[in-house]
Amino acid sequence: MSAPRAVPGAPPGAPPGASPLVEVSDLVVNYRVRVRGARSHAVVRAVDGVSLTVGRGVTVGLVGESGSGKSTLGRALLRLTPAAGGAVTFEGHEVLSAGRGSLRVLRQRAQLVFQNPIGSLNGRMRVGSIVREPLDIQRIGDRASRPQRVRELLDQVGLPAGAEHRYPHELSGGQQQRVALARALAPAPSLIVCDEPVAALDVSVQAQVLELLKEVQRATGVSYLFIAHDLNVVRHLARETYVMYLGAVVERGASSSLFERPRHPYTQGLVAATPVADPARSSPPPLLRGEIPSPMDVPAGCRFHTRCPFARDRCRTEVPVLAPTPDGGAVACHLWEELPRAAASGGTLLSGR
Amino acid sequence: MRAVTEPATPVGAATALAVERLRVTLGPRTGGHDLVRGVSLTVHRHRTVALVGESGSGKTLTGLALLGLTPPGTSVAAGRLQIGGEELASCSDADLARFRGRRIAMVFQNPMVAMNPVLTIGQQFLQVLRHNLALSRPAARARARDLLGAVGVADAPRRLDQYPFEMSGGMLQRIMLALALSAEPDVLVADEPTTALDTTLQAQVMALLAERQAQLGMGVLLVSHDLGLVAGMADEVDVMYAGRIVERAPTADLFSAPAHPYTQALLRTVRDIASPTTTVLSAIPGAPPQLATLPAGCSFAPRCPLAAPECTVALPELRAVAAGHEVACVRVGQ
Repeated sequence: MSAPRAVPGAPPGAPPGASPLVEVSDLVVNYRVRVRGARSHAVVRAVDGVSLTVGRGVTVGLVGESGSGKSTLGRALLRLTPAAGGAVTFEGHEVLSAGRGSLRVLRQRAQLVFQNPIGSLNGRMRVGSIVREPLDIQRIGDRASRPQRVRELLDQVGLPAGAEHRYPHELSGGQQQRVALARALAPAPSLIVCDEPVAALDVSVQAQVLELLKEVQRATGVSYLFIAHDLNVVRHLARETYVMYLGAVVERGASSSLFERPRHPYTQGLVAATPVADPARSSPPPLLRGEIPSPMDVPAGCRFHTRCPFARDRCRTEVPVLAPTPDGGAVACHLWEELPRAAASGGTLLSGR
Repeated sequence: MRAVTEPATPVGAATALAVERLRVTLGPRTGGHDLVRGVSLTVHRHRTVALVGESGSGKTLTGLALLGLTPPGTSVAAGRLQIGGEELASCSDADLARFRGRRIAMVFQNPMVAMNPVLTIGQQFLQVLRHNLALSRPAARARARDLLGAVGVADAPRRLDQYPFEMSGGMLQRIMLALALSAEPDVLVADEPTTALDTTLQAQVMALLAERQAQLGMGVLLVSHDLGLVAGMADEVDVMYAGRIVERAPTADLFSAPAHPYTQALLRTVRDIASPTTTVLSAIPGAPPQLATLPAGCSFAPRCPLAAPECTVALPELRAVAAGHEVACVRVGQ
């Protein structure tokens, strides 16, 4: 990688058709953990060679159980967590080796919205200051124009006019998440990593925030990397979805086909475990037994074989590669061509009404 | 488990829990208003009643009140409380303490918080079993091993010597279920028992809960915000809003013919999110109400698409619209 160039602040909704917005290749993130009784540190491969692409103005979903590495991946591609290997290109510029100057631009162009809004907002700052802070830090606009910009942002996320003088604790959970989104939008980013943005919200409010996210995307052309464990929410927002298990992508594909007809046994298990608000459908016995193993001790061969109902000898020794499927997706499973795709009866489970 | 055609209240089934006009009130120093505003419900043995609502609806407080576990500063009163066929004289702490753990037990949302972090699992079983069943130490340990086996925890002797932090959330939730069921109670209050778990584990834990219920026959009050979860688990669903039950129906009826505008809106949202073909989600406007500043009349009226002037006059009472199906809305049937 040559000397880092400054990332130009492309306008929102920048030229389509050009290179993808984010290109992650073979990303590796390790955590060092102290092991009781041992002298040295153990290494946890939280993200183990993940490649992922986010286009412009689209939403890419990232699902998996806790411990799958999906949040770590989101943080590492923003360089909030150091990577141990691989490459991340954002708007055509290398991220992992970027120097201070271009990192500063990255911080402007890529933002993050967290799960717990009250935990991610400074409780001692008023909403107006919270949304204004990125403008001050990034020196966007001038002192005179910033208050106007703050009001525009609050209006864009559907907060009432008086909200800027309130403190976060005076707002409902849904309103707090709107503040977090307004703050993320302040520097006009091209990417927002949304890490479980509606998981802490009531159902009646979830829909409001999801609709807002779509509306903001239409208006600004921002891309979302949408990390969530709720498959229904992901399918609703994301055109394409990646499924992670123990640090690796096990399946990728268009959300429609991925959730309708999951190929990887893990995806099938996830789909089957998603509850359906319809008592007429009998809930099948859980397809996935056991729990996700410790990432300190990733199983040999296919990392999913310890929980896979179809595992064979080959799965215990040979690591499956992510291979393309006829419908444009990819799956990392030795058996995918032989497995009954209806095994999870997944599509009907999720969509059937 | 599930009622599809049979009525929610089977004739002859023993009542595990019956409560009438339950109130939980914040003390005068903190506002003096009701958080649970007259909840009546019945759970029969072998049956599951789901108490569904959003945060602040009072569903968790209702569950806690039945065990005398509401936070300091609150007081509990009820017209009548019956647990396992036995009438309680009052909702005083002393009266509830006699039943707590033995006749009525609870599983909490977050096992990491609900378990004591400085005691081993074995010590926690020992405390519970000695207190509730007056078992000797060796007998309690043997019983604990059996109980862990019954919830699918392998290698029980080793688990008993471990601390909660050494275990995964799914494992801990199995252990908490085993603890709660150790005295074979008549009623189990399960408060969001799987919300802190991944859906894959949720499916496992709920299957386990159903299995243990089939074996022990307790009535389950399942407190949850997740309509998808209760659809597969409950025989009857009671929907709470702002401290009151606004609709009650056999599960199949509630999902096929929701009558209260709030239930209808909630179900529409859930189904929209789950449907691959929806383009615009139907959201419920506004926010769940603040109990300190409730409007006069129906609490849902400010967010209700059907609200009429009469809705703001008086608090609507539950009335039957079909067998076992009750709704608190003056607009239903108009």
